[in-house]
Amino acid sequence: MNTIPLVSEAQRERQLRRSDSALPELWTLLDSVTDPEIPVVSLWDLGVLQDIKKDGERLLVEITPTYSGCPAMVEMASEIEKTLTAAGYTNVEVVSLLTPTWTTDFMSTQGREKLREYGIAPPAPKAQGKKIACPQCGSTDSELISEFGSTACKALYRCGDCLEPFDYFKCI
Amino acid sequence: MSQPLIDYCIAQGDDALIFGQRMTEWCYSAPFLEEDLALANVALDLIGRAQMFYQYAAELADDGRSADDIAFLRDARSYTNLLINELPRGDFAFSMARFLLVDTFNVLYLEQLVNSSDSRIAAIAAKAIKESRYHLRRSRDWVVRLGDGTEESHQRMQKGLEEVWGYHKELFIETAGERELIASGVAVDREALYSTWSKQIDTVLAEATLQRPEDGWKVVGGRDGIHTEHLGHMLSEMQYLQRSYPGVEW
Repeated sequence: MNTIPLVSEAQRERQLRRSDSALPELWTLLDSVTDPEIPVVSLWDLGVLQDIKKDGERLLVEITPTYSGCPAMVEMASEIEKTLTAAGYTNVEVVSLLTPTWTTDFMSTQGREKLREYGIAPPAPKAQGKKIACPQCGSTDSELISEFGSTACKALYRCGDCLEPFDYFKCI
Repeated sequence: MSQPLIDYCIAQGDDALIFGQRMTEWCYSAPFLEEDLALANVALDLIGRAQMFYQYAAELADDGRSADDIAFLRDARSYTNLLINELPRGDFAFSMARFLLVDTFNVLYLEQLVNSSDSRIAAIAAKAIKESRYHLRRSRDWVVRLGDGTEESHQRMQKGLEEVWGYHKELFIETAGERELIASGVAVDREALYSTWSKQIDTVLAEATLQRPEDGWKVVGGRDGIHTEHLGHMLSEMQYLQRSYPGVEW
């Protein structure tokens, strides 16, 4: 039977790494670590957290950087370490992976919803095309002001209905 | 350990770092707020790209130097960036002309580098190509908007283009080490990209009502460490902290 894939292969593998993990409590623990620039979205929801492994006594946490020069990545790695250390794990290493290349497809449905509630339009799924809905009033009558916003991951839009400017989390 | 591969990674990193650092000079002085953010974002992407290449170079060389050491503890003669990246900031039109030439090249180059036989290089390219694509969208838009704008913006855009033009030749020159890497499928053949690059530039210039400058002069030497007078001044500012307080951390 043919099935319609709803998530990318890389995203599915990522979800399986979490659901099949022998360390479920650590995944839950790291759900408290959020993006320092967008404190409502956890690193899991953002798609940055890739895997948590045990290597003997050492804990390996694998993350994928979002944008090449994103200064928040350093902050995220140190927050992960701090959180695990506080929970009693003293031997922690955070590894930054280049593969799989981070994409907004890694962002969870829950993460997208949280972004919208926070006032940032979530990245549009590729199939949706260029219609970006205003996070305030929901109107899709929006226009691009600038492809660059307050952080590397955002673009600036303006709503044609409620006339409010808003941030859009760029789709890459 | 392969010396050509280390040199290649450092050269790629140098191109990105020096261009990124130069463009940070626009921060707080761009024509308007959105453009200030855009330039700072692009500069940050480029500096991040340099970090990825330096990190790989440091791992390959395994000589105790970190990515930061490579960036902050080398003199101008050891930098191997292409000269187009180090030229002074210039006015906004000059900056956009330079961006157009470099971004167009970068997109063509990275599109092929994602197939590098070296998986680490391929992964860096896969990340960088996404960013270079939107860099190019923006520099293209600006060149068209200013070229096909007012009399003054047209004239300044044309002048910016004339000033940077002689530096584009270097984008297509390969070093001996690079040729070895091209043969083994690690690097991309720069020379082969010229005709597509040239056509794409012509299309933008036509839309922008700008004249393609004459190919009368060229300046080369960056890959050999022979730089313009401007690089040393930039490094003295960029490296100031590490030179004055060796090993200092944030």
